[in-house]
Amino acid sequence: MQTILELKNIGYSYHSLHGETQALTNISFGVREGEFIAIVGPSGCGKSTLLSIIAGLLSPEQGTIVVNNPDGSLNYPRIGYMLQRDHLFEWRTVYKNVILGLEINHMMTPDRLEAVERLLVDYGLEKFKDKRPSELSGGMKQRAALIRTLALDPQLLLLDEPFSALDYQTRLFVSADICRLIRAAGKTMIIITHDLSEAISLADRVIILSNRPATVKAEMPIRLTLKDDSPLASRNAPEFQQYFNQLWEDLNNDG
Amino acid sequence: MTAKTKKSSTKHELTKQEEFVKNHRRHHHQVSTMRIMIFLFFLILWEASAYLGWIDSFFFASPSRVALCFLEQLKTNSLLSHIGVTLFETIVSFLLVLLFSLLAATMLWYSHKMSEVLEPYLVVLNSLPKSALAPLFIVWLGTGTTTIIVAGISVAVFGSIISFYTGFQQVDPEKVTLIYTLGGSKRNAFTKVVLPGSIPILLSTAKVNIGLALVGVIIGEFLAARRGLGYLIIYGSQVFQLDMVITSIIILCIIALGFYKSIQMIEHHIRKKFKM
Repeated sequence: MQTILELKNIGYSYHSLHGETQALTNISFGVREGEFIAIVGPSGCGKSTLLSIIAGLLSPEQGTIVVNNPDGSLNYPRIGYMLQRDHLFEWRTVYKNVILGLEINHMMTPDRLEAVERLLVDYGLEKFKDKRPSELSGGMKQRAALIRTLALDPQLLLLDEPFSALDYQTRLFVSADICRLIRAAGKTMIIITHDLSEAISLADRVIILSNRPATVKAEMPIRLTLKDDSPLASRNAPEFQQYFNQLWEDLNNDG
Repeated sequence: MTAKTKKSSTKHELTKQEEFVKNHRRHHHQVSTMRIMIFLFFLILWEASAYLGWIDSFFFASPSRVALCFLEQLKTNSLLSHIGVTLFETIVSFLLVLLFSLLAATMLWYSHKMSEVLEPYLVVLNSLPKSALAPLFIVWLGTGTTTIIVAGISVAVFGSIISFYTGFQQVDPEKVTLIYTLGGSKRNAFTKVVLPGSIPILLSTAKVNIGLALVGVIIGEFLAARRGLGYLIIYGSQVFQLDMVITSIIILCIIALGFYKSIQMIEHHIRKKFKM
C-alpha cells in the first residue's frame, strides 16, 4: 500500500498574551492508502488540533505535510471531516442536508446526485429523505452525516470522536456500522478517540500521543485474528486484551 | 383475565388523556373569560364613575364620550386618514429598521475588527434617549413624513443591530466549522448556517421592533406633524379636548395589539415552514 500522506515534524502552538502554549511538537507519521488509523492520547493533548492541521483548517507552524498521490499529482488529497456531533441542520430536510457539500461547491451534477441517491438507498435512508433530522435515530443521523461527507468523494476521512455524543450502547453499534461503511467505500480513515477498545476494534494501526505538547509516543499495528469480522466481534478476539493492556501501558508511562 | 385488565387499563389511559385535554381547554377558557371580565369591569367602572361624578369626565372622559368622539372625528376630522398616516409611517420605519440592522449586523459579523471598533458607538447610541434627537431631526429634515420615519427608525435601529449581531454570534461555531470542512467560504457559512440559524432571534427582535417603531413615530408626530395619531393627541391636549386625546390613545392600543398579533402570525407561519 502506498503512503498517500506523510507528516514530517509537525509542530503547532496556541498564542495568547499570557504566552505560548505548545500543543504539538515533532509529530511524524505516514498514512497509507486504505489504512484505518486511530489516534489516542490523554484528553486535551491536541488531538483535534492535529486533525485540523491534516484537514487544512489550520496550517502547521513547523514541519511539512508531504503528499504522494497514486497518480503522481501533487494535489492535496480530498479530505472529508466528520465532527464530534452530526450537525445536521434542522431547517433543512435530510436530503437537503446530505447535499450541502455539493451545494456549497457548486457540484450538483447528475452523477454526483445519483451517487448520493445510491448511498441513501444503501444506508436505508431513502424513505427519510424529506424528513427533518430530529425525526431520525442517533444511528441514522450519523449515517446521514457520513453521506454528507462522502458526497464530495473524499479519499481520506477524518473523524474527530464522531460518536462521543451518543450513549454507550448506540455508540457501539454506530461506530461499527460507520466504519464498516467507510471500509466498504474503500476510503482511508484517521479517527480520534479516547476509547481504547474502539481504537483497537476499528483500526489497523494505533498512534499514541503523549501529554501536551503532544508527540508520537508509540505506534501499534493491530492484527486481530477476526479481522474481517465486525468491530463488535473483534472485541472478543484473543489478542484484544493484550493490545488493550499494551496501549494502556503506553499511554500511562511517562518515560 | 389479563386481556381484560389490559383493556381496562388502556381505557383508563384514554380517560386520563381526555381529562388532560378537558383541563387544558378549561384553563384557556377561564383565562379568556377573565380577560374579558377585567375589560368589561374597567369599562363599567369608568362609565359609572363619570356618570356618578366620582371623576370629572372633562378630564377623564368616559367610554360613551370616547365612542361619541370616535364617531364625530370619523365624520369631521377624517380620523381614518390620521390612523392611516400613523400606520404607514410605522410600517415603513419598521421595514427600514429591519433592512438597515440586517445589513449592519451582517457587516459586523463579516469583520470582527469592525465590530470591535464600533462597539462603544453602538452602545452609546443605543442607550441615548432618542426623543432627545427629535428636535435635531426637525431642524435638519423639516416637518413631515421623512422626519417622522427617521424618528421611528432611530428608536429601534441600534438595539436591533445589537440583537441581530448577538444572534449571529450565538450560532454554534462547530456548525460554521462544518461549512469550512465541506470546502465552504465565509459567505457560505453566513448564508447556509448563520442566517437560517438566527431566524428565531430575527423574529423575536422584529416583534420588539414594531413596538419601538410605533413609539418613535408617535414621538415624531408630537413634534413635527400635521397628521397622525400623535398629532391628534398633542392637538387635543392643547385645545383641551381630552376626549380626543383618550380616543387616540385607545386607538394606539388597538394598533399596537394588531401589530403584535400580525408579527406573531408571520412568526408562526415561518416556524411551521422551517419546522422550528
